Amino acid sequence: MIDIMIRLALVFCSISMLGLIYRVIKGPSVADRVIALDAIGVNLVAITALISIVLNSHAFLEIILLIGILAFIGTVAFAKYLEKGVIIERERNH
Amino acid sequence: MLSIWKRGLLSNVSVIIDFFIGFFILVGSLFCLIATIGVIRLPDVYTRNHAASKAATLGVMSILLGTFLYFYALEGHFNSRLILGIVFLFMTSPISGHLINRAAYNSGVKLWDKSVRDDLKEYNKKVLEKSSVD
Repeated sequence: MIDIMIRLALVFCSISMLGLIYRVIKGPSVADRVIALDAIGVNLVAITALISIVLNSHAFLEIILLIGILAFIGTVAFAKYLEKGVIIERERNH
Repeated sequence: MLSIWKRGLLSNVSVIIDFFIGFFILVGSLFCLIATIGVIRLPDVYTRNHAASKAATLGVMSILLGTFLYFYALEGHFNSRLILGIVFLFMTSPISGHLINRAAYNSGVKLWDKSVRDDLKEYNKKVLEKSSVD
């Protein structure tokens, strides 16, 4: 019962990831692509959790936190690049 | 409590826990799917961000809660990293949505042509006039 539910949830997550990849390819502006990539990272977290249930091991649960942190840092860097043109500013007095 | 579950003395409780795990995981994956449908079908960047940053966050938090329940109740393994992951996603996902939305507005992405009001534009114009008067 719970096995079928988890497989079904994996199929749903895979379909949603395909839709987000469609938005990454087609999206008219850069912000669309960044939003879709951020959502792909969040979906990857869900798929990692489900795969660790399927494989019945808790060795992959650190990866969840890691992917979350990396997706957040990447999105913040992209947002700062879109807004200011640089990610790490050099001049100190302004 | 866990040892009682393992000995099978409370098998009804195990059925209820199974139901909750399946419920959380299925509802979370359906939320992810609905967020993706929103990202594909909505008309401009801001509405797409609205769909992605709320529904996907709630869905993934629900899936992580189901995973935590699975490992805690059926395996007897309390995993604190999953709780940390839930808290981290809940804190950071709206922030990244806000940052991307602000970057899109400031880099000049147009709103949907049927949207009715843009308060930030008037506010920016007012601030610009005041600074030019000063």
